[in-house]
Amino acid sequence: MPDQLLYAMEVTLNGLMAGVLYALVALGFVLIFKASGIFNYAQGVMALFAALTLVGIMEGQVPFANLINAIFGTEIHTFGWQVPAVLAIVLTLLVMILLAWCVQKFVMRHLVNQEPIILFMATIGLAYFLEGLGDLMWGSDIKKLDVGLPQGLNATIDDLTYGWFGYGFFIDNLDIIATVVAAVLVIGLTVFSQYSKQGRALRAVADDHQAALSVGISLNYIWVLVWSIAGFVALVAGIMWGTKSGVQFSLSLIALKALPVLMLGGFTSIPGAIVGGLIIGVGEKLFEFLIGPMVGGATENWFAYVLALLFLVFRPQGLFGEKIIERV
Amino acid sequence: MFYREAGDFNTSYKQDNQTFPIKFDRWRYYAVLAVAFGVVPFFINDYWANAVFVPFLIYTIAAIGLNILTGYCGQLSLGTGGFMAVGAYAVYKLMTAFPDVSIVIHVILAGGITAAVGVLFGLPSLRIKGFYLAVATLAAQFFLVWLFNRVPWFYNYSASGQISAPERTVVGVAVTGANTEAWAKYMISLVFVVACAWLARNLTRGTIGRKWMAIRDMDIAAEIIGVNPLTAKLSAFAVSSFFVGISGALFFSVYLGAVEVGEAFGIQKSFLVLFMIIIGGLGSIFGSFAGAAFLVLLPVLLKNTLVGGFGWATDLAAHFELVIVGGLIISFLIMEPHGLAQLWRVAKEKLRLWPFPH
Repeated sequence: MPDQLLYAMEVTLNGLMAGVLYALVALGFVLIFKASGIFNYAQGVMALFAALTLVGIMEGQVPFANLINAIFGTEIHTFGWQVPAVLAIVLTLLVMILLAWCVQKFVMRHLVNQEPIILFMATIGLAYFLEGLGDLMWGSDIKKLDVGLPQGLNATIDDLTYGWFGYGFFIDNLDIIATVVAAVLVIGLTVFSQYSKQGRALRAVADDHQAALSVGISLNYIWVLVWSIAGFVALVAGIMWGTKSGVQFSLSLIALKALPVLMLGGFTSIPGAIVGGLIIGVGEKLFEFLIGPMVGGATENWFAYVLALLFLVFRPQGLFGEKIIERV
Repeated sequence: MFYREAGDFNTSYKQDNQTFPIKFDRWRYYAVLAVAFGVVPFFINDYWANAVFVPFLIYTIAAIGLNILTGYCGQLSLGTGGFMAVGAYAVYKLMTAFPDVSIVIHVILAGGITAAVGVLFGLPSLRIKGFYLAVATLAAQFFLVWLFNRVPWFYNYSASGQISAPERTVVGVAVTGANTEAWAKYMISLVFVVACAWLARNLTRGTIGRKWMAIRDMDIAAEIIGVNPLTAKLSAFAVSSFFVGISGALFFSVYLGAVEVGEAFGIQKSFLVLFMIIIGGLGSIFGSFAGAAFLVLLPVLLKNTLVGGFGWATDLAAHFELVIVGGLIISFLIMEPHGLAQLWRVAKEKLRLWPFPH
């Protein structure tokens, strides 16, 4: 086979893997949007916050250490212990649930019945708040996250493809794990929403708030639940992205990348988030590979948005979204 | 007591429809103008001009622009930074290509070029709305910044990839370049702000402004009563981008002098201007001033108290500022969705009666 084609195949595979990671973030968006009609811009920052908290707990950092030192003139930084990864993940999950409760209690409850665009802007405010809070709590330096996931070249695939084509494909172990995790997550969430009591209640709320209230479903409880699940998805995404590229501010920008994914897939569809993620992942990698060198490179910054923009003009509800019907 | 309209009679429709129908308001407005033009330029120094006045004035123009699009026409845009970059690069290309033409004309032309780009990126608004449109404007933001970064023609093939403003004068006084005096920067910004605010105010209360507001309140209903959504939405994009472009041009040429596009006109700038109009008040010209003043002054105040007063590290203060800004946005949306402008209106109502109960 010609080299160029092999390279293209490798790029496509890597694009698929990157797409899975985008889809992971997009999943969190879809969950909240389906249950409460809120477009949660803060999802990416939640992933950053979760990753920061995880690293902070694992390293035994004192929360708000810099702030305490600045106010009281002390010199404390760590508790001096290391927490095992599994325990730290559980603790971080608890923090994310607490966060979900706070968001519901202090923000969203006061904004019921507002227009979607107001809610959207409120989540932008939330994103700023969380970003500042995360930095205040744990410091803003770039951190390394290592929860024991394997990284680097997958030797089996390399050998196998070398045997077939005479050219070994480079596939990162971490990407394979991310794919598996994403698949498990999607299946888990689907089972949860189809067969559990809470899942049914969640779908009822998504369908009609008023009717759900009238059959005795607590909206407060459901929304805390939804934000907690979104926090959990953010934690998973934070672990994956944090392991891949370090825990730093740019992590929160993947939220922006998830937006075109959602527009392609439709805001209300979980499979849509996955398919949209894959299309964007493959599309931007292939575009960068084929067209990028001709126009100066770094096209990954905008390709996804422009693709989504063109797509929207022809199909405003996305690939799998529900048809938008408007009445006066 | 302090603020009354007794004895203020309007005898014609023209009087009734003026921007400041109450005499006290009118005189206050003249007084503010007199102070801004006649007093401040004589006392301003470099610190005050660069830290407070010039950014405040320039951001005000951007906020007015975004307010026309988002506050009056209801189309949320996250591409403000990208459009400001268009204004900056347009004025840079014009300044270097036609050195003999006055900078004032260049700035206005840059606004016109930005308006054309804005209309182009506003086209999807005919099909999509709400945050779908917001994401579409993100495409403008990222694409434009990438374009100015990657195509050397835009920065005249300079080695650093930066653009820097050459010295230009207005009536013999340097307003751009390294030798500009503080008061000259302040004056040219002030002149543009006053002109833009006057233009925006008169556009928004005329036919075109009413069309925008009809589209904002409900686009389908607006279409039924005879507002053409195509012209209304696209004209909102054009006018809004015109102001944003002027603001970007001044931001580059007068305020910063040299610009690296990703740093000066990144996504953060889009959010900053959006926050200004949320805090200031959507759909209000005064709100644009109030919001810009608030978000320009807040970091300066926080920095002075936290870093200067308590001796905190700069980055700690910056994080604290993020928390405060985020918290403020949320509390404004919850408690006063119409922003500082509404607080001002309520205060005026109260002052009319004070100290009497009725």
